[in-house]
Amino acid sequence: MGGQFDGKVALVTGGNAGIGEASALLFARDGAKVAISARRATEGERVVNKIRDAGGEAVFIQTDMADPEQVEAMVETTVSTFGGIDYAFNNAGIVLDVGLTHEHTEEHWDSTIDINMRGLWLCLKYEIPRIIERGGGAIVNNSSGAGIQGGEGRMVYRVSKAGVNSMTRTAALEYGRDGVRVNAVLPGAIHTPILDRMEIATPGISDEIHGRMVVGRIGTPEEVAEGVVWLCSDAASFINGVMLCVDGGTTAGRFYPLED
Amino acid sequence: MAAQFDGKVALVTGGNAGIGKATALQFAREGARVVIAARRADAGEQTVAEIRDAGGEAIFVRTDVSKTDDVKNMVDTTVSTYGRLDYAFNNAGIVLDRGRTHEHTLEDWDQTMGINLKGLWLCVKYEVMVMLDQGGGAIVNDASTSGLVGGMDRTAYRVSKAGVIMISRVAAVEYAKKGIRVNCVCPGTIHTAILDRMIAEDPGLLERASDQEEMGRVGQPEEVAECVVWLCSDASSFVNGHVMPIDGGFMATRLSY
Repeated sequence: MGGQFDGKVALVTGGNAGIGEASALLFARDGAKVAISARRATEGERVVNKIRDAGGEAVFIQTDMADPEQVEAMVETTVSTFGGIDYAFNNAGIVLDVGLTHEHTEEHWDSTIDINMRGLWLCLKYEIPRIIERGGGAIVNNSSGAGIQGGEGRMVYRVSKAGVNSMTRTAALEYGRDGVRVNAVLPGAIHTPILDRMEIATPGISDEIHGRMVVGRIGTPEEVAEGVVWLCSDAASFINGVMLCVDGGTTAGRFYPLED
Repeated sequence: MAAQFDGKVALVTGGNAGIGKATALQFAREGARVVIAARRADAGEQTVAEIRDAGGEAIFVRTDVSKTDDVKNMVDTTVSTYGRLDYAFNNAGIVLDRGRTHEHTLEDWDQTMGINLKGLWLCVKYEVMVMLDQGGGAIVNDASTSGLVGGMDRTAYRVSKAGVIMISRVAAVEYAKKGIRVNCVCPGTIHTAILDRMIAEDPGLLERASDQEEMGRVGQPEEVAECVVWLCSDASSFVNGHVMPIDGGFMATRLSY
């Protein structure tokens, strides 16, 4: 079966679980060769095997986003393995379960900013020249609704995602004329391993989030992956620098039941 | 080959030209039966003929969206002809180039709001009533980047599009649990017949406009149509109340919240 990404190469950071895994599988289904990077090798190899079992091509590249040399090596390994890069989904990130602003420690701050913000910038830095070499392509950065809304707790996560939005807009303008489109997805509450871990740390939080959802349910990783792949596709050829919210309406407004 | 909208019904207002026509054709290509509503019958019938020639199903319903009876008739005819209404692209609108705020006349204001804002609300109102009965659907409203940023002209147009964005957000929240998703697109500069008319008066316009664009070119109606169709498809099942610029990066340089 011919896919829309036949002959193309996609790099997915944090491609070993959740939204990253779902996106890697979707890129592969549509014909792309996929490079999956993450810190945890076992999980990464599991996704590579899933893709190979389905007849696709994939490689795992162990990478810590906090280490600039590893980020550069990730991009170079992708290019040496598959001949280039056409699409990148910069998805690797962490969410630390921390409280209010004054309760953040320097470790909370540094680890979140190093991975979510500096790591993502390094991805762009090394990916963009390689995508330009191919004559153009597309990048999607994984941000979050938390990057455009305030809220109680996890301040540094929100700050890191606001930074991702700004980087997305800037890179979109800088490289649009080189044929590199740069957009972001802003997932709302999605059922990923991170949510499972939050439920263990704070029992009942899933139900609480569920109750707040405008659409009355939590989203699936596949629903975000569809947005990522669509933003990379030629169908989105005039879409550049946008923040695509995949949140069932959470950022559109607040739901409250009306009396009948 | 099975298409993603086989058995589905799509309504496109202003479906006789530009972005509306490109979207109607795209819906038909994906298997939907299409209802084209517009004021000008000749151009509307032309779009219907193109869809039929390609093996699709379509009808034209002459509609002025600023008239309640016309909008009711448009939705009723859709349901009586095809039995349902799954997707609506509310795209009918006008652009009056009437200078700055104090230069607008009351007539300019009323006409723009009557079609672009009240007319779109009427469309949403009657479409939603069918979709609530059916248990779901998807609506995309055509706003504009002009509804997100200020400028030196077209006050009434900008205000009407800002209103369209808010109608989209409110309806998205109201009907999410009923299975109806509502989103809006904000096209930037798109090469439509409106632009062609401006180029006819000012031949250097296209080159100047392209040069000002972040991607070095203006967009094509098909590039907006692709997005509208995606926002109606199951692939966007968790995208709701979203305001999607299709502008090559224009909004990325502007304050937006």
